[in-house]
Amino acid sequence: MSAPAKTHGLLAEFDTPADLMAAALKCRDAGYTKWDVYSPFPIHGMDDAMGLKKSLVGWFTFTGGCTGFTTGMTMIWFMNKFDYPLVVGGKPLFTPLYAFPVSYELTILLSAFGTLFGLAALCRLPKWYNPLFKNERFKRASNDKFFICIEAVDPKFGHAQETLQSAGAKIIETVED
Amino acid sequence: MAKIANASGGAEATGSRGHHAPPVLKVADAPRELERAPLVLNNRSLGWITDAVAGVCENPMPKWWWPAFILSAGTMGMMFSLLAYLVSTGTGVWGLNTSANWAWDITNFVFWIGIGHAGTLISAVLFLLRQKWRTSINRAAEAMTIFAVACAGIFPVFHTGRVWFALYPGYLIPMPNSNWIWPQFRSPLLWDVFAVSTYGTVSLLFWYVGLIPDLATLRDRAKTKLRKLGYGVFSLGWSNSNRHWSNYEKAYLILAGLSTPLVLSVHSIVSFDFAVSQVPGWHATIFPPYFVAGAIFSGFGMVLTLLIPMRSLFNLHDLITVRHVELMCKVLLATGSIVGYAYGMEFFIAWYGGSPYELWAFLRNRVADPFIFGPLFKVPTAPYWWAYWMMISCNVISPHLFWSRKLRTNVVFVWIVSIFVNIGMWFERFVIIVTSLHRDYLPSSWGYFTPSWVDVFTFVGSFGLFMTLFLLFIRFLPVIAISEVKGVTPQADPHHPLGGAKEHH
Repeated sequence: MSAPAKTHGLLAEFDTPADLMAAALKCRDAGYTKWDVYSPFPIHGMDDAMGLKKSLVGWFTFTGGCTGFTTGMTMIWFMNKFDYPLVVGGKPLFTPLYAFPVSYELTILLSAFGTLFGLAALCRLPKWYNPLFKNERFKRASNDKFFICIEAVDPKFGHAQETLQSAGAKIIETVED
Repeated sequence: MAKIANASGGAEATGSRGHHAPPVLKVADAPRELERAPLVLNNRSLGWITDAVAGVCENPMPKWWWPAFILSAGTMGMMFSLLAYLVSTGTGVWGLNTSANWAWDITNFVFWIGIGHAGTLISAVLFLLRQKWRTSINRAAEAMTIFAVACAGIFPVFHTGRVWFALYPGYLIPMPNSNWIWPQFRSPLLWDVFAVSTYGTVSLLFWYVGLIPDLATLRDRAKTKLRKLGYGVFSLGWSNSNRHWSNYEKAYLILAGLSTPLVLSVHSIVSFDFAVSQVPGWHATIFPPYFVAGAIFSGFGMVLTLLIPMRSLFNLHDLITVRHVELMCKVLLATGSIVGYAYGMEFFIAWYGGSPYELWAFLRNRVADPFIFGPLFKVPTAPYWWAYWMMISCNVISPHLFWSRKLRTNVVFVWIVSIFVNIGMWFERFVIIVTSLHRDYLPSSWGYFTPSWVDVFTFVGSFGLFMTLFLLFIRFLPVIAISEVKGVTPQADPHHPLGGAKEHH
């Protein structure tokens, strides 16, 4: 690590999504790994510009959904067929048909929870401390400005100032950790 | 949007005239028909959108807010007092009788749960269909969904009188009773419990996920310590990082994909409460699609009832435009037509199906008015003819007014019609439930249901709960999805000149 331990990274500000996108392409091609782009809304095409892989949230959803469906079917089978069989209206004690609506709802319920927890886990949220929030300018990342931050832990951090300048950043600031 | 003539094409064109001329780069305007009407009017900047929306819950509320809040909270208090009266006395305080064991309670339940469906339709189905106009109304519509489900939940919980049995031994949550018998899942009533509670929970999760970036915006703008803490905690440390946006967009898409089959299943299952029974007037296969269409119809009615005053009171005309109102009217027209068709088909099948009981339920309990249809079919006046025709006039006639563009774009007129839709859809559920029940197979137990004052004021009180929650929502949360609206403006598009795109790139 060449930079002093106190530095979190370099924060560069941009005015428009197009400038941000062009700069992100440069950072990606320069081979940075510990860096991120900040924008008040998701920008179409930015994932490719950053070279991000497809999000893994779907796997959490799938796991949740499978759990929900199995829980529903097992619960109903246990309650109505296994633990206390009781004939009602001459209907079968258990069939997946009448157990379906409840299992379907539980599939959706646990899929939704899986999605939420997957999102939180993949984004490492909730996160109670972020050095970027100490920067006054960065408050506009949720309003109308666009930022790139290259972190000091990146092996190529030595060239960061140069890259961001050539990418057309208006303002470049050092963020303390 | 400026269209840039492709460089090689330009070279070929000039090449035919002589290869000495340099390739000309012509910038032509896109044909007018290809240019989409902007969703945010007056070409507002990104910062303006933040200020306009966040300003609603940052600035002091207008003068009417406190009186409105006190009135709503008082009405809500009245409902809870009446529910306490019901629990301490018994369900006899309602106007129920034997044969009409369900009346206003379940009517109110179906009414409120139906209202919620528009919120999910706007937030999930229109999202999957890439209807970008939804962005400025989805937040408020989803809030409406959650509050409507809260109101709906009260009635099935309280309609048995002894509410504590809802939990233990559970007729709502599956717990064995004192003989260790479990609830039986062959009954649609139990399916309904799972459908409605899943619907409430998933709607809340979806709403919250949508709120996270906007809560972060409010956190970054917060001036007081309390607001910083509140919005800070609930925004979970969201930093607008694109690595997060990437997961967020995926999660949002999945939640929309989950909510769509969910919303269709919820009102289908609510309709099974009736359709799976063998009561004439209920036992109909048309019920699931008919209920879902009716739910969306009523929900859009309520969205219009809420949003038309809101856009005026908070000056959001550039975000919730007349075009939005017009598009919602078109949804009313479409779903209202389905509902009208279902009414006709129901009546036709009652006759064509050949069951005398079914025809009785329709003709002699509902349709036969004293003026036209009673004399025409030579049957005595139906006890609830007034409710049936109230429903028909509100739900069949009013949506068809929206064939006219002039009427669709007149917001005051639309607001008045939206109230008729609300009234009509409440009557639809009343007609289905009470007219089918009040005369069962034994003529000796036939009776006429009349609501008691407790029935009436409990229902009125549920509007108090709904409005209290909605007013608190306006007071503390962004009423329009800020980040989503920004995302549909040309300023957000890196390939649009307003998004900073250079002409040569």
